[in-house]
Amino acid sequence: MSDPILRLEGVYTNIAQYHILQGVDLEVPRGAVTMLLGRNGVGKTTTLRTIIGHWRAHQGRILLDGEDISRMPTPAIARAGVGFVPEEMGIFADLTVEENMILAAVSGPIDPARLDWVFSIFPPLKTFWKSEAGNLSGGQKQMLSIARAMVEERRLYLIDEPTKGLAPAIISTMARALKELKEQGASILLVEQNFSVARALGDGANVMDDGRMIWSGQMAELSTDAALQERLMGLSMEAH
Amino acid sequence: MSVAPEHAPKMAQASFAHRLGPWMPVLLIPVLIVLGFLAIPSSTSWLTLTVSGLAMGMMIFIMASGLTLVFGLMDVINFGHGAFVSVGAFVGVSVLLVLGQMTSAPSLALNLAALMVAVFGAMAATGLMGWAFEKVIVEPVYGHHLKQILVTMGGLIVVEQLIIVLWGPEEIYIARPEALKGAVTFAGAALEKYRLVAVAIGLVVFLAMRWVLRRTKIGLIVRAGVENGEMVQALGYRLRLVFVGVFIAGSALAGLGGVMWGLYQEVITAHMGNQAMILIFIVVIIGGLGSVEGCFIGALLVGLMQNYVAFLEPKVALISNIGLMVAILMWRPMGMIPVVKAK
Ligand SMILES: Nc1ncnc2c1ncn2[C@@H]1O[C@H](COP(=O)(O)OP(=O)(O)O)[C@@H](O)[C@H]1O
Ligand SMILES: [Mg+2]
Repeated sequence: MSDPILRLEGVYTNIAQYHILQGVDLEVPRGAVTMLLGRNGVGKTTTLRTIIGHWRAHQGRILLDGEDISRMPTPAIARAGVGFVPEEMGIFADLTVEENMILAAVSGPIDPARLDWVFSIFPPLKTFWKSEAGNLSGGQKQMLSIARAMVEERRLYLIDEPTKGLAPAIISTMARALKELKEQGASILLVEQNFSVARALGDGANVMDDGRMIWSGQMAELSTDAALQERLMGLSMEAH
Repeated sequence: MSVAPEHAPKMAQASFAHRLGPWMPVLLIPVLIVLGFLAIPSSTSWLTLTVSGLAMGMMIFIMASGLTLVFGLMDVINFGHGAFVSVGAFVGVSVLLVLGQMTSAPSLALNLAALMVAVFGAMAATGLMGWAFEKVIVEPVYGHHLKQILVTMGGLIVVEQLIIVLWGPEEIYIARPEALKGAVTFAGAALEKYRLVAVAIGLVVFLAMRWVLRRTKIGLIVRAGVENGEMVQALGYRLRLVFVGVFIAGSALAGLGGVMWGLYQEVITAHMGNQAMILIFIVVIIGGLGSVEGCFIGALLVGLMQNYVAFLEPKVALISNIGLMVAILMWRPMGMIPVVKAK
């Protein structure tokens, strides 16, 4: 196998006086979906925010294709090809769906073929193309948030809980979107609490607890071992 | 492709009241004008006051527009913004005094040429000054409101003293260019030409700003940045650079406003910017911090209110604007056009 697209080596992140990440190690292989799992509050979001540069790693290295990006400003990390879908979606409510997408296409005008592909996955975005994003439903906002990352080909996608708080019908739309992205050969680091989605999409899996990585392996292995899940996450994922 | 129920179009059925909501602030302007008409006994006085109210509002808008975006984008409270008003006025007026031959000639073309040079000089000077002010005074205190207030106030005092050093402590009187003197009569009311021009310039500046904010990518970045600067950066845009650009443009606009204000009053002092700050802050707050449209509407309301009340009861003119602010904040605590902040 080739080198991983992303590698975290002993990453420590402090927020104010709190030591949130305490030596996170992580590998994200190319062209696969890598799951980042763990109970609430263990540091998954903080890990993604540290990669994109919203928080600074106080120690350790973050290698994107072998290059250390841990000191780079956020816009430079984004332009290096990292697409970020934050947990709180981060859509611009005052802007239209179209304007949100125009901004997401940083390297130039939107590629029409790619946009058609995005529309085929998320039809409501076409319907509400000229509407203010603030008027979209929760599920549609999440679609827009993911569509913004998808509108250009990125070297790496960081996606934080894309199905959080959504109705089952929309969760399946999200899952299909991620699956299509995966089929295009994208490299994805995905935080996902919905187990059936995680099992359907995940290749590798990494479990965090208390700011550290406590287990790394294959999703298939984790999803069939209820005792392991119980030990790692304090609950059986099958139950969900 | 199947579409889940939640995707079904559902924006069309918004109630009338709901659709009216965004327009309510705009409607306040005609409402205030009608109230003025009812309160002011003479309709010609009312017309004159309305035009000067709108003119004053436009000038306040030009001075305030940069400040609202600076706050919206980086959460920076700049009490020193008035410095650009004063410096703009002094540079512009100095240019006009040097070009006295051109401004006193009864030629519209020569007058306009002199004005253009004055405005360009004032905006170039204040834009440059804005760039330095941002770098030296504002950047070190990003994220610290109390420090921002203290440091930018200090900056204002320093600039005022520098004006006094350069131009002397006396106020400077300035006559308007020939073509802008006098008034035109409309429906029996005397409307000063200068005020009509000020209204026109204000409208042009507002429409141009709106166009940039809505139709250009940089405008989209600014609007998105006001809402969620972190996400703008995560998409790959250097917010800090955008902010510096907005700061410079806002300072240059304040400089333009200073020239216009100076010619309106026909006298300038080092403290004029500081004095204008009260109205500028009222306008920025009632408009909704970060909203250019809100700032525009707020400025017109404040200008009209100031003129109507000064006519009816001169002593309460400023108080009336503070009353207006209180009333609007009770109605909409985040200002007339609240900016949704993602935080
Ligand atoms: N802005 C913040 N300030 C202080 N503590 C924070 C902040 N953001 C997250 N934390 C803390 O960091 C820990 C990890 O949070 P997070 O990364 O969001 O967890 P997860 O995404 O795994 O649920 C939690 O204990 C949370 O309370
Ligand atoms: Mg989280």
